[in-house]
Amino acid sequence: MVDMNSASDQPLLVAEELGKSYGRLAACRDVSFVLYPGEVLAIVGESGSGKSTLLQMLSAQLAPSAGRVSYRMRDGVLRSLADLGEAERRFLFRTDWGYVHQDPAQGLRMAVSAGANVGERLMAIGWNNYGRIRQTASSWLQRVEIDAARIDDAPRTYSGGMRQRLQIARNLVTEPRLVFMDEPTGGLDVSVQARLLDLMRSLVNELGLAAIVVTHDLAVARLLSHRVMVMKEGRVIETGLTDQVLDDPREPYTQLLVSSILPP
Amino acid sequence: MNAPTYNFAYLDEQTKRMIRRAILKAIAIPGYQVPFASREMPMPYGWGTGGVQVTAAILGPHDVLKVIDQGSDDTTNAISIRKFFAKTAGVETTTSTEEASVIQTRHRIPEAPLREGQVLVFQVPIPEPLRFLEPRETETRRMHALAEYGLMHVKLYEDIARFGHIATSYAYPVKVNARYVMDPSPTPKFDNPKMDNCPALQLFGAGREKRIYAIPPYTSVVSLDFEDHPFTRYKFDAPCALCGAEDSYLDEIVTDDKGSRMFVCSDTDYCEGRQAAGHRGVENAAPHKEGAHG
Amino acid sequence: MYVAVKGGERAIENAHRLLAHERRGDRSVPELSLAQISEQLGLAVDRVMSEGSLYDRELAALAIKQARGDLIEAIFLVRAFRATLPRFGATEPVDTGEMRVQRRVSSTFKDIPGGQVLGPTFDYTHRLLDPALAEAGDPEAPALASTSDAPMPRVTDILGQDGLIERSPDADPDVPVGDLTRDPLSYPAGRDLRLQNLARGDEGFLLALGYSTQRGYGRNHPFAGEIRFGEVEVEFFAEEIGFAVPLGSLALTECQMVNQFKGSASEPPCFTRGYGLAFGQSERKTMSMALVDRALRARELGEDLIAPAQDEEFVMSHSDNVQATGFVEHLKLPHYVDFQSELGLLRKLRQEFADANAVPVLKEAAE
Repeated sequence: MVDMNSASDQPLLVAEELGKSYGRLAACRDVSFVLYPGEVLAIVGESGSGKSTLLQMLSAQLAPSAGRVSYRMRDGVLRSLADLGEAERRFLFRTDWGYVHQDPAQGLRMAVSAGANVGERLMAIGWNNYGRIRQTASSWLQRVEIDAARIDDAPRTYSGGMRQRLQIARNLVTEPRLVFMDEPTGGLDVSVQARLLDLMRSLVNELGLAAIVVTHDLAVARLLSHRVMVMKEGRVIETGLTDQVLDDPREPYTQLLVSSILPP
Repeated sequence: MNAPTYNFAYLDEQTKRMIRRAILKAIAIPGYQVPFASREMPMPYGWGTGGVQVTAAILGPHDVLKVIDQGSDDTTNAISIRKFFAKTAGVETTTSTEEASVIQTRHRIPEAPLREGQVLVFQVPIPEPLRFLEPRETETRRMHALAEYGLMHVKLYEDIARFGHIATSYAYPVKVNARYVMDPSPTPKFDNPKMDNCPALQLFGAGREKRIYAIPPYTSVVSLDFEDHPFTRYKFDAPCALCGAEDSYLDEIVTDDKGSRMFVCSDTDYCEGRQAAGHRGVENAAPHKEGAHG
Repeated sequence: MYVAVKGGERAIENAHRLLAHERRGDRSVPELSLAQISEQLGLAVDRVMSEGSLYDRELAALAIKQARGDLIEAIFLVRAFRATLPRFGATEPVDTGEMRVQRRVSSTFKDIPGGQVLGPTFDYTHRLLDPALAEAGDPEAPALASTSDAPMPRVTDILGQDGLIERSPDADPDVPVGDLTRDPLSYPAGRDLRLQNLARGDEGFLLALGYSTQRGYGRNHPFAGEIRFGEVEVEFFAEEIGFAVPLGSLALTECQMVNQFKGSASEPPCFTRGYGLAFGQSERKTMSMALVDRALRARELGEDLIAPAQDEEFVMSHSDNVQATGFVEHLKLPHYVDFQSELGLLRKLRQEFADANAVPVLKEAAE
């Protein structure tokens, strides 16, 4: 369960005037926001709106051309990602952060067993008891509704939905405080999507996770997020509580996006 | 025509200095693979050019050299390398582990305990323990730099999940001085414990892959494992058929076309020493039993 | 009583004696001279000099004779000799624009200053075995004509005047050209080291890689801008006297590929280059090298990295035939010890499998 002490009223991640340009082309500009522990933020927009570029900058995979991103480390100190060494960044990535790719093949080792996929992060932080690693992997498989009997099978024998759930288990096993998700339901059948969203919503609640979810699908934003940021041509054009933005959009562009999905 | 002339121990002094600098760096950072500008040697890559360059760089006129391949002084490649140094450096050679000051080896560590002042030089084909998990040099160097060894444990985990135990029998990865994961070269895992806290200096040369690494004397060398699946040394069912040793690594010899076989020490010097001291195995009991086995 | 195998030393000596005997072959057949090899198997000598990276026709011919015509073995012999040679310095860059051209063709322009010069080439010969060659005999003397002293500028220089092709990078006196035989290589490598690696690389490997780019694995739309073969002067800057002195001349083949490039945000579209250079006459090698050089520039030019020929680590770590042949052939060396541990493990796994499945396994006879 999430620790509900005073830490939760201090921001977990702060983005200040972030921008990224390639030559004369600005992929993303002037993005500022604050994310609190346990909060889920959805970044929505069409492809080319700059949301993926933004996610890469937020997760320290791409250096911004302007502005900065700061993250509150477990010791309570807010630090700029640009000032972290590569070792610290990579350590964050295997402990305090998760990253769920749209294509599970990018986030999983397809040729090794599900158990090892989930156990890898534990071994990377020094777990050295095979039985305990396996036990933990097994209980995580059950939490993401994968039959524990499939623990020794490689994900290439899994269906698309199972792979995505396995990827989530692999990320959550170290109990991160922040998870980045890039179109986590993209490429899945509608019925599979619904089940996955349901699972993600309950996990996020149970663990008190903060999450930043990039999606072009407003239904995903509605189900998962507390707040929504709408992006267009590299800028944030509207932001607010999810219900507010989706039920009563101010910007014509947001109205257009909202009108293209079914009501809740 | 330019008639070739060669320096002491073949390599020119400039090259030796370059290799010695790499060796010193390797000793200073135990288990770290130091890149060096490996030269083309008059023997093929993959046949011990790394070990030969290391030996050539450290050899002095008063050294006594022993060369083994598969534990034996008499295999063709061991003979070929020993002759190379006898010819180019004129050093004394020996088959005795005790008497040698420098021992170049391929695939084994001698059974007799090594002592201070000795140098064991390993020939290494693939120095990178992560190579078969991650083929890219740029990526494996980063993994070492950041001590990211989760992937190595993934492999061991997979072995246990599939076979019930770690199914790596040679080139079994070790952690040196609690920092770098290192490939001990294709020695059987039987030899791994000998590397730990060893009084001799252990040097590793990979010529084709252009890397030198080292274990300084009295350095901790731990075979990777899980606490509930600890490293185990391979154990043979029978003693050596010639000398009766129960603590040595054995070669399997097929003795006829019906599948009969016997097991004898792979370390020929150790085996001969024991026989000279009167130890006998079942195939070597007494003269009147000659030829009887099976 | 069992006796361990001994006597490797005698066996090695005898094997070498037998090898020398086989190399000589039937002693009633006259022995090859180095001059015969150098003169009549000239292209083999060229290849051994290129991949052995030592320009010495006589030593290359000796290596070919000693290697019984096995060119990779001959390259190995030359390399091992070269490794111990002292270094006095580096020569001035050779100027291929000043080459005394024997052959020069361009596929990009029908006519060029200095003209197309076919020279000695297999191109347009019909590949029919010539029975007349089985007997000794002198071919017709070559046709002669007077030549002009008009310069023969490189085709890429002509394109460069209009800025249609990227400039060759200028030499930077502060950054000495790398030498992968003297300094350890690390990735990513600069183009100087890549070109050195390719120049020493196996002709067959480069041919296959270059071919793969033409078939779509990293396609780069090449035109053979120019291939030229001839002699160039080599000069060495002597500190003591303060100017460059000629050392002699080298026969070289140079290939400059001209490749498409769409341009980027900061640069207008222009042609790009792939470069190949080899000792002697070696068009297949230099053309392949130029294709691979251009493929390896994919990252620099912002192209997608999708094919083996574009992968610097893959190409550079596998191009050297002396390294490759050593490691492939080292499998001949004894591996009793590691094999024994695998054998032990396999038996154990099979036993465990049998126990788990309750199927009787055939016990081995001697156990």
